[in-house]
Amino acid sequence: MPEQWIKPYGDTLNDGLVQLSFTLPVENGPRAIKAARIYAGKLNLKNVTVACAEAMDDAHTFFVAYGRAEPAIDYSEIRAEEATVEHMDFYEINDRIRKDLNRRICVVGATIGSDAHTVGIDAIMNMKGYNQDYGLERYPEIDAYNMGAQVTGEDLLKTAMDINADALLVSQTVTQKDAHLHNFTELMELLEAEQLRDRFLVIAGGPRITHELAIELGYDAGFGPGTLPSQVAAYIVTTLIKRRIMLNAKC
Amino acid sequence: MEKIPLNKEQIGRVKSTAADIAGQIREMIRTYSTVCVERTLLRLYGVDGVVDDETPVPNRVVDILVEENRIDSGVTRALAAVMIKTGRDAKTVAELIARRRIPLEDPASYDMERIMAVEQELARKAVDVLDHSRKRKQAAIDRWGLPVQPWKYMITATGNIYEDRTQARSAVYSGADIIAVIRSTAQSLLDYIPYGPTTEGFGGTYATQENFRIMRKALNEVSERQGRYVRLVNYASGLCMSEIAACAAFEDLDMLLNDSMYGILFRDINMMRTFIDQYVSRLICSRAKIIINTGEDNYLTTSDAMENAYSVTASQLINEAMAKDALLTDDLIGLGHAFEINPKIENAFLYEIAHAQLARQLFPNAPLKYMPPTKYKSTNIFYSHALDTMFNLASITTNQGIHLAGILTEAIHTPLMQDRYLSLQGIDYVFGLARGLGDEIAFKPDGLIVNRAKRVLDETEQLLDELKDIGLMEGVALGKFANIKRSRDGGKGLDGVFKKGPNYSNPVMDRIEREGVINA
Ligand code: B12
Repeated sequence: MPEQWIKPYGDTLNDGLVQLSFTLPVENGPRAIKAARIYAGKLNLKNVTVACAEAMDDAHTFFVAYGRAEPAIDYSEIRAEEATVEHMDFYEINDRIRKDLNRRICVVGATIGSDAHTVGIDAIMNMKGYNQDYGLERYPEIDAYNMGAQVTGEDLLKTAMDINADALLVSQTVTQKDAHLHNFTELMELLEAEQLRDRFLVIAGGPRITHELAIELGYDAGFGPGTLPSQVAAYIVTTLIKRRIMLNAKC
Repeated sequence: MEKIPLNKEQIGRVKSTAADIAGQIREMIRTYSTVCVERTLLRLYGVDGVVDDETPVPNRVVDILVEENRIDSGVTRALAAVMIKTGRDAKTVAELIARRRIPLEDPASYDMERIMAVEQELARKAVDVLDHSRKRKQAAIDRWGLPVQPWKYMITATGNIYEDRTQARSAVYSGADIIAVIRSTAQSLLDYIPYGPTTEGFGGTYATQENFRIMRKALNEVSERQGRYVRLVNYASGLCMSEIAACAAFEDLDMLLNDSMYGILFRDINMMRTFIDQYVSRLICSRAKIIINTGEDNYLTTSDAMENAYSVTASQLINEAMAKDALLTDDLIGLGHAFEINPKIENAFLYEIAHAQLARQLFPNAPLKYMPPTKYKSTNIFYSHALDTMFNLASITTNQGIHLAGILTEAIHTPLMQDRYLSLQGIDYVFGLARGLGDEIAFKPDGLIVNRAKRVLDETEQLLDELKDIGLMEGVALGKFANIKRSRDGGKGLDGVFKKGPNYSNPVMDRIEREGVINA
């Protein structure tokens, strides 16, 4: 196999070994175990071993199985999108705002819809920040308004207009039944209907958010687990600077 | 038992300060009522069902009272007048009013003695509902006995009550003592209780009386098969706090999440509304012998467990005082706390033991509700399972009451059937392995654990002293709990709070308060 082609690594390179656990809605017994093995085989795993089969009740069995996966993929062809963020610290960011934008930046953040989770958006916005990285409220050159949770799209937009925000920071944690997709989409539709889409940088974030997903939903960027406030600030600043340069070029 | 040598006088002081703080709130509760309380009364009088657009009858009747500016006398008197006029029962009368087939009457134009007689009859029937539930649960306990503590508490949250039923059965089969059906996202902000069985929910299943009934019936069946009584839990906190308590009593629920401040802090529900509703819901719980669970564990998701451990203890003391005000006895007060210290801190386990042991000693007779790690759960499910193992050890060592099962997929999704199974297996393993550990060990008198517990108690006392001066409402406004600030006039549901008028009557509350704690 050429070097850029890859497979799961268990004990030796390219053995393709994977571990999976699942439940079948049947009573435990030899037949259930066989069913589990055949099922794993249908997933295209070879040399399947059902290592564990335990009855969870009289009609459900839990399995742990191992098998060798066949397919290999060409790693050189894989591309993953990430929001392009220049690494800058707190001081550099404030400096760039002062020098290159020559005005303060204003951002507004909220968790929208019925989602009540605020810890994520707070981690980005509150003074204290996240993992020893100051939150946006701490930045002297940024005015940050955190509206908290359960905010409607309309209220977020109204506040954004009132304070003349540069960027909207939108958080979603609950993903069951695609609640987050629904809420993100609704907000985007509202922005478009009000013809305000281009007026703001619109940034999505949350534990199940990727940059790719955010772009798909029409947002400018997306940030997932472990995001630091400085990454978000750096993204906002550099994007605003870029946009200004583009705008000037147009005139 | 007294593993940590705490200062007895100090314990006496913090308990009495907490009682003073609760007492200030009690003054406010006496003066006001809420639309939710009035709807609760209607439910206890047997009013149920929905009209045209799925509006519950209790909501429609109370809305009409509000429209006609009669709410300040409460719903009971108005209902009694129409009952006298029509000669029909409460349920029928309420339905007719809700459909606007008959108008409300002015109670003043009726003989006061007759009105009061009808009110007393309504109250008797309402309290009967609660007494029935109490007796049915007592009978189950008499028959099967109580499981040893810590009781294993498992959640279901599929959104579909029938699927929850399957999941619950499986969890009981794997050893769960208690099944909690998590509510659908944001149900707590609905100002009505949905009606009938439901199959669509987000991150949980709607709490409806019919869903309660479906699950209770399923658990009764597995109880029979397993020869042990399985308890059922739901969530009361929210805009329908006391109404949910009424539904829970009708369907013999054993426990309710019923915190005096959770709705204020975590759902931005108005504080007056919450304090009043929680009081009435707790009166119901006390009479129907529903164990309440409080929500202090949540504070440690928005604030740090080392920095703010005292806020948990202070809140437990306040919740306890408020519960006692509402006639709940120790065995019904499931005070909450959690294993949420950052696992990267060296000796975090020792501090967890200190916190858990402190709670145990402050509330020796309460079935403490102990929450597993959630905030520091990782999407690496194997690592998360290891966290839960240490939590299980802390729980058995400090002899907790209600042990919420930690789930290895906590940071990903609401639990799958297999996640519950693995969790229960882990719990049984540790509980069996270390059952007697707590009885065997003593703590070093000047060691980390003892000093930590003492320090938390000192900080608790400071906060309570401050709250006694400024008042609990001001304390909440200043962000003393969970680092969340809520203003007295802010939040949802304030428009449903009203000042009791001179003719206000609430014969159910009066009766429960008058008769006090009922045992056996
Ligand atoms: C804390 C917590 C709560 C607290 C929330 C308190 C609060 N004020 O926020 C409480 C107890 C109130 C709560 C309630 C509920 N919760 Co909850 N909760 C959690 C928990 C334990 C931790 C979440 C958290 O705080 N993470 C820490 C932060 C820092 O991480 P983060 O959010 O990912 O944020 C980072 C990045 O994502 C990013 N980011 C986030 N937002 C944004 C925004 C922008 C613009 C940017 C740039 C970046 C960014 O930056 C942050 C820092 O790096 C998780 C489980 C877990 N361990 O993940 C469950 C969890 C999220 N909750 C869950 C559920 C279902 C609920 C409820 C709906 C349950 C119910 N039925 O009632 C309710 C919510 C009701 C409602 N109306 O929303 C589920 C969600 C399942 C799903 N995938 O849909 C989880 C996964 C638990 C579970 N396994 O069931 N919860």
